[in-house]
Amino acid sequence: MSTPVTVAPNQSAHHPLDEFLRTDRIPHIWCPTCGLGTVLNSFLTAIKDSGIPRQDIAVVSGIGCTGRTAGYVWLDSFHTTHGRALPFATGLKVANPKLKIVVISGDGDLVAIGGNHLIHAARRNMDMTVICVNNFNYAMTGGQFGPTTPRKAKLTTAPYGSYEHPFNLPFLVESCGATYVARWTALHVRQVQTSFREALHHRGFSFVEVISPCPTVYGRRNQLGSGLDISMYYRDNSVVKHNADTRECDIRYQESIIVGRFVQKEKPTYLDTMNEYLTETLGSKYTPYQGPMSDGD
Amino acid sequence: MGSSGTAVLTGAHYLDGDYACAEGAIAAGCRIFAGYPITPSTEIAERIAKRFPTVGGTFIQMEDELASMAAVLGAVWGGAKAMTVTSGPGFSLMQENIGLGMMTETPCVVVDVQRGGPSTGLPTLTGQQDMMQARWGSHGDYEVIALSPSSPQECFDLTITCFNLAEKYRLPVLFMMDECVGHMTEKVVIPEPGRIDVWPRRWYRGPKEEYRPYLPDKDGVPPMVKAGEDYRFHVTGLTHDERGYPVINAECQKRCVTRLSTKIRENADDIMIIEEDEFVRNGSADVVVVAYGISARVATKAIDEARARGVKVGLLRLITVWPFPEKKIHDLAGKVKCLVMPEINLGQMYREMQRAAEGRCKTALVPHCGGWVHDPSDILAAIMENSK
Repeated sequence: MSTPVTVAPNQSAHHPLDEFLRTDRIPHIWCPTCGLGTVLNSFLTAIKDSGIPRQDIAVVSGIGCTGRTAGYVWLDSFHTTHGRALPFATGLKVANPKLKIVVISGDGDLVAIGGNHLIHAARRNMDMTVICVNNFNYAMTGGQFGPTTPRKAKLTTAPYGSYEHPFNLPFLVESCGATYVARWTALHVRQVQTSFREALHHRGFSFVEVISPCPTVYGRRNQLGSGLDISMYYRDNSVVKHNADTRECDIRYQESIIVGRFVQKEKPTYLDTMNEYLTETLGSKYTPYQGPMSDGD
Repeated sequence: MGSSGTAVLTGAHYLDGDYACAEGAIAAGCRIFAGYPITPSTEIAERIAKRFPTVGGTFIQMEDELASMAAVLGAVWGGAKAMTVTSGPGFSLMQENIGLGMMTETPCVVVDVQRGGPSTGLPTLTGQQDMMQARWGSHGDYEVIALSPSSPQECFDLTITCFNLAEKYRLPVLFMMDECVGHMTEKVVIPEPGRIDVWPRRWYRGPKEEYRPYLPDKDGVPPMVKAGEDYRFHVTGLTHDERGYPVINAECQKRCVTRLSTKIRENADDIMIIEEDEFVRNGSADVVVVAYGISARVATKAIDEARARGVKVGLLRLITVWPFPEKKIHDLAGKVKCLVMPEINLGQMYREMQRAAEGRCKTALVPHCGGWVHDPSDILAAIMENSK
């Protein structure tokens, strides 16, 4: 059952997370009661709590509603092409290994057009955090079905309901080699913050899926109520199952959602394996990459 | 500024164009390479994969060309000099992120060792069919810089020039090799590091809080920073203002896109490298062959033969193919009977030459569909026909 919520207007001119926000770009473009505001808030809180110096964090996004996140965070941030946030981030990481790189993008961007990059970044155990905000559709273009749309959900390009088999993202990324995998819904605010913080401190490919309401298109077309209704529905129909077998984490239309931290394990990262292997193989001939150029170069 | 250290293989070598290009990249300070194997460019990636671990570079083989180009851009914003190499089909895939590189003004080098197309075409055989794709391959309006080498020595030398131009004008510079030059083995002399001109990044040196990612210097090019230095800058492929923030209107679009073009157009004289022989220089030629890449070398045989037959014919070799030397061609067209262009396509740079000539002289195309270089007698026939 959902609980009534009263939202008090914020009287303060400052938000406690302003130090991480490009306040000159606020208001953002996201719809009222979209889950992205909550996700952004959770992300910035996690950064603040993580103790990682802000200059060491870079955010990379692709295209779409979630892709706009890079434009709001007051950090080094890159808004790239559709689907290519992960390979861009890969280049950024190998060129500047001290950076903690966070890719924040949507399900269509990361899993459809960027699907090939997702599986390979996971396979390499590239040391980066991926936050995948899954709203089950392409929202910015007006609500088309995508690779995560549950069967039977109606969208503009699935006017009679989607009949495709959707991806189960935790299973997909775990089977490709991700070493940290979690899923929550946008209203699991504390759990989302904890998972983001754990992911930021995880060495290797960490993946956090956040199931997020899209009231304007997915919600309206399927008559699911307001964003708050949808958010609370997702939260209230979640089953927390840490270490769940990811093969069983499929999401069906308006059925229960298995959430929790599913995977957390150690495995050498891409750069670790490269450095170890080349040191072992080439010995003193191996000259590791010395890091980025300085402004004296 | 000289090239750094022990990485440079100073001395005389017997190298093919692909290997020479790899050595040029190393000498230019390229230390991140992201690529995907494709004939006939693969030998560049192979050479880099072998050499980089011994010279402080990181080679990463990506899952496709879309990823390769994206990784190069990421590496540059991370503070490295970076490159990718490919051929026609991969060049098509890279256009998406070449566009992002143009819009975000990201200095890097993209090498296209051209083969015959369209589509899979002739994987192992030569072509010069990507010249217009180099110019217009990605959507939207932007100006490009593209160079074309005629020898393995130039594959070394001009790769360095490509990196230098990329840093100076902040854009992806396209190096339009062809299979013939890439697989041709000749003497390549690599100078001492101190004698190699390597240009630094245009680092921003003002106060941190005043940094505006797209506030240009006087020459229209903005200085740059790298991630991780607490500048907290934003970069986007959307139309953006000087702060790098998206602004979606016609006014900002005009400012943003105009500068992407003018920074190249207004500096075209500095960018353009052409080679004229004495017949062109002293104005005595009746016919001038305008050519680039391997076709310029094949043309010399035809030119020698035509001269032996008493024709006053010169060679104008385009080393910079984009921006196209419009004024030079226009002036030349006023002094000669005909401009002849052999190229291994059905007329790409030729149309540009025809446009620049503005009807002031005849123009003749010597086309070739690809798969092999011209028979010099075809070029000779065009010279003889048009010298009358």
